[in-house]
Amino acid sequence: MAEPIISVEGLTVEYEGKRVLDSVSLEIQRGEVMVLLGGSGSGKTTMLRHIIGLERPTAGTVRVRGVDINGCSAEELKAIRCAMGVAFQEAALFNSLSVEDNINFPIRELTTLADPVIEIMTYMKLAAVGLAESGNLMPQELSGGMKKRAAVARATALDPEILVFDEPSAGLDPIVAAGLDELILFLKKAFQMTILVVTHELASAFRIADRLAMLYRGSLIAVGTKDAFQADPHPRIRQFLDRQPDPITQSAAVQTRIRELAGLTGAKT
Amino acid sequence: MNMLEAIGDGVIQGLSYLGGLVMQFWSELRASPRVLPVVGKRGRWKTAMRQMVAIGVDGLPLIAIMSVCAGFILAMQSGSELRRFGALQYVMDVVGIGFTREIGPLLTALIVCGRSGSAFSAEIGTMMVTSEIDAMKTMAIDPIELVLTPKYVAAMITIPCLTIMSNTFGILAGAVFMYITTKISLSMYLRYVFNSIELHDVLTGLLKSLIFATIIVNVGCMEGLRVRGGADAVGRSATSGVVRSTYLVILADAFFTAIFYLVHKD
Repeated sequence: MAEPIISVEGLTVEYEGKRVLDSVSLEIQRGEVMVLLGGSGSGKTTMLRHIIGLERPTAGTVRVRGVDINGCSAEELKAIRCAMGVAFQEAALFNSLSVEDNINFPIRELTTLADPVIEIMTYMKLAAVGLAESGNLMPQELSGGMKKRAAVARATALDPEILVFDEPSAGLDPIVAAGLDELILFLKKAFQMTILVVTHELASAFRIADRLAMLYRGSLIAVGTKDAFQADPHPRIRQFLDRQPDPITQSAAVQTRIRELAGLTGAKT
Repeated sequence: MNMLEAIGDGVIQGLSYLGGLVMQFWSELRASPRVLPVVGKRGRWKTAMRQMVAIGVDGLPLIAIMSVCAGFILAMQSGSELRRFGALQYVMDVVGIGFTREIGPLLTALIVCGRSGSAFSAEIGTMMVTSEIDAMKTMAIDPIELVLTPKYVAAMITIPCLTIMSNTFGILAGAVFMYITTKISLSMYLRYVFNSIELHDVLTGLLKSLIFATIIVNVGCMEGLRVRGGADAVGRSATSGVVRSTYLVILADAFFTAIFYLVHKD
């Protein structure tokens, strides 16, 4: 098998003594859509922030195109970041710039292209996500779905090799979310991008994924294709796929605490 | 032991804060040529110009009013004492020297700190909360170069200008006081003031205003960059930005005034 474009080895992250990620290893191949699944608080956003190099791990390495992003020179890091587009959960559009200027911001900052070329590129990127008519609007004037699409357009502005999505469908209605799924598949097909998506939306995950990985309490409990994943007997995966809730009250401890609060501890004994 | 630990903790935190400020200042200095027109990166100087308007032009009315009031207060307070010795003309010295050396730079710094320092913290803090700063980093664009440096360059240019304006307004307020009390004409007054102040009074004042500008921008931006969480954290950062930079401005003022005093003893 070819060298993976992203390889995470033994990634361990601790915040104030609490272990958020525990020796996680994952390889992402060139041209595949990898979906990182996990419940709230499973550490998936933390993992994503380490893969895109926003934070330094406690231990372990993250290699992108074979380069260790925490041990490389500033120039190498810059090259890697130019090859990687990130669409954040909150879209993270620059509020002081129009949608158009948001899209052409990385082009203006990182290239020396002439203005007419930039204009054409911006229009094409906007058209690719269906926002051709909305270039003049300000981010505040966009709906949730449009914001996310604009974020995708900005992330793809420099035609990156790798595209990273944090929760693309969170907070969107099913129709808009489905539209984003199709957009992701289109980007993969049209530009052969490697795409990493972090989500907890099952339907969307199975629609777009080539392979899935599941994080639970800071550890990867499964990595595999859709079929392998659906057949996995791990109880947590079963629970996730079957949408079974956790018991809400850990009864004994909760009961005791309620008694304490009500001042009944003494009365009982 | 507990108290020792607390003191040690405080010292370490204070030092690491100062260290962070110095590092940030250094990155800004290195990035500042890219903000200049012609030699810098395209369009970046426009951001600096916008900041200059926000800090300088928009802040001028407030600085003017406050300086006129402060000048008048200074003249009245010193006048009421000096009058008893028949030395009312020394009010002109007090106002002239007091403003150029001290009140002009300090008043300007405190007003800019309240107006723009809090705005820096809030703006950058909001950009942290909405991941805009993270987005810049992932695009291989240095937020210090893009967001902080234009503010720094703008402040380094406008704050000394505002200080000169503050000096002017304060001294003119003194002229009004002298006219009302002793009927000294404006030209007489100005001649007297220009005789009493020396170039080094004005220059030390301006040098201090550059130091204040550095403190205000760096503390304001640093508080913004330290924001983690939501809207309440942005609010807190604006408050602590103003409080900390006011505190550091006055500390730096005391320090540099002491140095100028020692150097210029004769």
